[in-house]
Amino acid sequence: MWKNTPRGWGLTSILLHWISALAVIGLFALGWWMTELDYYDRWYNLGPWWHRSVGMLLLLATLIRLGWRAAQPTPEERGQRLERLAVHLGHVGLYLLMLVVLISGYLISTAEGDGIQVFDLFEVPALISGLPDQATLAGRVHWYSALVLMLLSAGHALAALKHHWVDRSDVLTRMVDPRRSGRP
Amino acid sequence: MIKKTAIAAALAATALVPLSQAQAADYAIDTEGQHAFIQFKISHLGFSYILGSFEEFSGSFHYDPENLEASAANLEVDVTSLTSNHAERDKHIKSDDFLATGEYPTATFTSTGFAPSGDNEGVLSGELTLHGETNEIEMPVTLLGEGEDPWGNYRAGFEGSTTLVLADYGIDMSKFPESMHELELYVTFEGIRQ
Repeated sequence: MWKNTPRGWGLTSILLHWISALAVIGLFALGWWMTELDYYDRWYNLGPWWHRSVGMLLLLATLIRLGWRAAQPTPEERGQRLERLAVHLGHVGLYLLMLVVLISGYLISTAEGDGIQVFDLFEVPALISGLPDQATLAGRVHWYSALVLMLLSAGHALAALKHHWVDRSDVLTRMVDPRRSGRP
Repeated sequence: MIKKTAIAAALAATALVPLSQAQAADYAIDTEGQHAFIQFKISHLGFSYILGSFEEFSGSFHYDPENLEASAANLEVDVTSLTSNHAERDKHIKSDDFLATGEYPTATFTSTGFAPSGDNEGVLSGELTLHGETNEIEMPVTLLGEGEDPWGNYRAGFEGSTTLVLADYGIDMSKFPESMHELELYVTFEGIRQ
């Protein structure tokens, strides 16, 4: 139920996957919208507060997810050898980009040594600060890597739909239904 | 042989330059020992002030008590080093909305004249380039002190301040209240006589 098997994803992986998907899309939309807001807008400070809080939780979830992924069996990949390689590279790319986007975002707010407040619950301390022009440069990395992440995510979603509808493969159903990881 | 003579001549020439320029009145601003500050103060919506500073800059000045009219100062400021103690705000101030440090990373001040106005006081005028725009400014300055320091050098220290209208530097503050359309620039530094 909770754990992965060679046949499918357990509920832990499935939840982490879909929560991450929602968070990534939500954060991208919020990030784009909030940086265009007028200084006098009610959301001028509130938007970034949500963005930082959710972002830090997603960073935590992503570290847990990568740990879980490494500790757990990975369900068998489908397709030809070259296709499997492409799939593998695509997934590695998604994980790497998420880390780059999340860490660069963290480096913006912590550039001058202040920690990041997560929903007024706890504070993530600043570990790296004071690099030359840190917030501006991290901001540039954050924006462009987020754009690439969205493009790759869209490709990821289209590929999943193609495998589901065209190839009649179970890659999408097993990312929805944890029972597929059980006995055949 | 010819080469050697040329090199010797070049060396001799460069050796002469410091001699002719470095009179007893040339000072290097002590940024290394951090006895130098460039700060700004600007209203926040009329409620209070935002105080900030530029952490990286360098400069020199010429100060001869026997010939005050010849006083001069040159400063070069790394605008990307701006800090108001709030990373996200500073990123915004440095963005294209205001200072556009990507395009204009450096600000400079080159003095054009000095008019003594009393004991240890005078008005320094010069050209300030900020955000790619150059304006003539005047800054009243005060000699705070000079003399031998405990470590074998001779120091002189000054302070001065002036008001800058941001529109003069192509920085659009029109959507902010009148009180934010200008800022106060405060400079204080010690120089070590060279």
